[in-house]
Amino acid sequence: MTTPSTTSSRWRALTRHHLFWPVAVLVLLLLVNVPFTPDFFSIKMADGHLYGSLVSIVLFGSPLILVAVGMTLVIATGGIDLSVGAVVAITGALACSYISDQSDQSALSGVLLAMGLGLLAAVVCGLWNGFLVARMGIQPIIATLIIMVAGRGVAQLITDGQIITINSSPYKLIGGGYWLTLPFSIFVVAAVVAVTVVLTRRTALGLLVEAVGGNAEASRLVGIRSRRIKIMVYMFCALCAGIAGLMISSNTSAADGNNAGLWIELDAILAVVIGGTSLLGGRFSVGGTVIGALVIQTLTTTIYTIGVPTQTNLVFKAAVVIAVCLMQSPKFRAKVFGARFGAKGSTTPAAAPADTAATEAAPKMEVS
Amino acid sequence: MSATTQSPTASDSRTPSKAARLLGDRRLPVAVTALLFLLMYLGGLTRYQFYGFAEPQVFLNLFIDNGYLLVAAVGVTFVILSGGIDLSVGSMIGFTTMFTAWLVERQGLPLLVVVPMALAVGALGGFLMGYVIHNFEIQPFIVTLAGLFLFRGLCLVISKESISIGDSSVSSMATAQVSLGMGFLSIGAIVSLVVLAVAFYVLHYTRFGRRVYAIGGNEQSAMLMGLPQGGTKIAVYTVSGFCSALAGLLFTLYIQSGDPLHATGMELDAIAAVVIGGTLLTGGSGYVLGTLFGVLVLGLIKSIIQFEGTLSSWWTKIATGVLLCAFILVQRFMTTRQKT
Repeated sequence: MTTPSTTSSRWRALTRHHLFWPVAVLVLLLLVNVPFTPDFFSIKMADGHLYGSLVSIVLFGSPLILVAVGMTLVIATGGIDLSVGAVVAITGALACSYISDQSDQSALSGVLLAMGLGLLAAVVCGLWNGFLVARMGIQPIIATLIIMVAGRGVAQLITDGQIITINSSPYKLIGGGYWLTLPFSIFVVAAVVAVTVVLTRRTALGLLVEAVGGNAEASRLVGIRSRRIKIMVYMFCALCAGIAGLMISSNTSAADGNNAGLWIELDAILAVVIGGTSLLGGRFSVGGTVIGALVIQTLTTTIYTIGVPTQTNLVFKAAVVIAVCLMQSPKFRAKVFGARFGAKGSTTPAAAPADTAATEAAPKMEVS
Repeated sequence: MSATTQSPTASDSRTPSKAARLLGDRRLPVAVTALLFLLMYLGGLTRYQFYGFAEPQVFLNLFIDNGYLLVAAVGVTFVILSGGIDLSVGSMIGFTTMFTAWLVERQGLPLLVVVPMALAVGALGGFLMGYVIHNFEIQPFIVTLAGLFLFRGLCLVISKESISIGDSSVSSMATAQVSLGMGFLSIGAIVSLVVLAVAFYVLHYTRFGRRVYAIGGNEQSAMLMGLPQGGTKIAVYTVSGFCSALAGLLFTLYIQSGDPLHATGMELDAIAAVVIGGTLLTGGSGYVLGTLFGVLVLGLIKSIIQFEGTLSSWWTKIATGVLLCAFILVQRFMTTRQKT
């Protein structure tokens, strides 16, 4: 394509990058805070730990990042996992009830066993989801709805309907502890994200996941074991949710079968969508998801800091979802920006028609 | 396929056996749900016969206690039949309770003015979601998710605390009983049955109903046939929004208060009722009568757990999940049968 000047082509390349819009939104949100809290970006050192708004955004956002990363891969295969909130509750409930039964709650072996137990339960949930989706061929929304409904009941069954509180210093480390002056959960998140990125981008796994999401039948015909990939992806998502569940219950030192991880599946899906992963499957961006999750957490923090009444939090979130989705919709862009390009006329004459042509072609391809 | 199975003169090789014909019947899921309801009811009768389970009022209470769920589920049935999904039902119900309570109690408006306003807001909300879903081709899941956040948020914007309704017209309506000889029904239950009847008529005897089935069955063929796909889609979400608002009004009547946390997660109950009622989640197949049985089954689980006395409330969730799972698997086997 021939463009009039190199700066505009560079700008176009930048805006075309899949992470541009998520990052722009994040930066914008962070900047909004500055007039209200001038020292928003400053990070202080106290008690050997780092403190600051940025650190707390990552700290409080880490369970969401974990769940969203797992969700990204599920969505990339064209599925969706609604059960993550329930899995969070089950994992936390199992781990905490096991620890609370111990005579010495701070014993490392007991804590490790409890965590293993919780994660095992999470993986079993994922296996069940994957089995229903891949083997039985049930729609993902519905297959995972089962655990979403029943899982909360199971979690309450484990905790006997009560909030189990524990007092265990090793367990506290995962969600509320510090290591090398940073919250420990940041390292957990970093490790999970790194492993995911390496597995999906340095091996063929990511390609296979995208192939399955693009067309499961075609990928099966070229010899990809699409069922196995799907089951793996659901198990991975549940495992991530399990780790997030450990983190949430450890942060509060309590397991609440009813409220732990409530609505986290919706936030996670939101994070994935903001990050630019298409809900139709076939494409994904783990980096985008991490930024998307940070956007959501920053939004929450921003609402607190700029003094908007906290009850409008959900309305804000709704507005952001709608705005992001509209921006991603090719039809909407064609309607709004296509008209503006046409009105301005001569700024990018060569690019504008191509742009509208591309956006018009996209829906047609979906139909046929 | 149904044409060939019904004509007895078709060649022998093409006529499926009786069992296969039965399995291929689209009404089978509804029949299975009805049968399940009957079995559960009979089981309840034998187990709690000395605790007054046999009284007709226990049966009528199913309608009284689940009228709002029935109305919401009927709205969701329209959406699911058209191949979409509506997650905003629960928040819409919560918002309507809050909106009504606020207008009646804090603003002192008469109920006659508030009810049409609440219904209009619900329908408008549904219309907007439908408009965005159709015109910008965004997935219904995400749009209604935004609706879920928005309406729950608006609840909190109205008030963070619950508002109880002391208005005399509301309480007299809530306690009004319509005698049926062997028991009584509340106004809410009767409204829900009327909604069911209207939905039955609309889905099976009007042009709009057939369009809903056509779009749910295959959107592209519906479009190629020249059906007004966009209008129907938007209308379906409007119906769902209207039904949710109506369900919210019934819910307000049922518990006589508005609370920002009312009906959290009700959308799942409604979707579960629709699925248990035999409506295919891929759209295009199902009956609104099945939804009635789905709601009744869920209601019966609740009352059986109440009669049992020793079971905790979370068993309701587990039982719902297990039933949901069973019915989805049954659906699955049936649809694979139909294809082969």
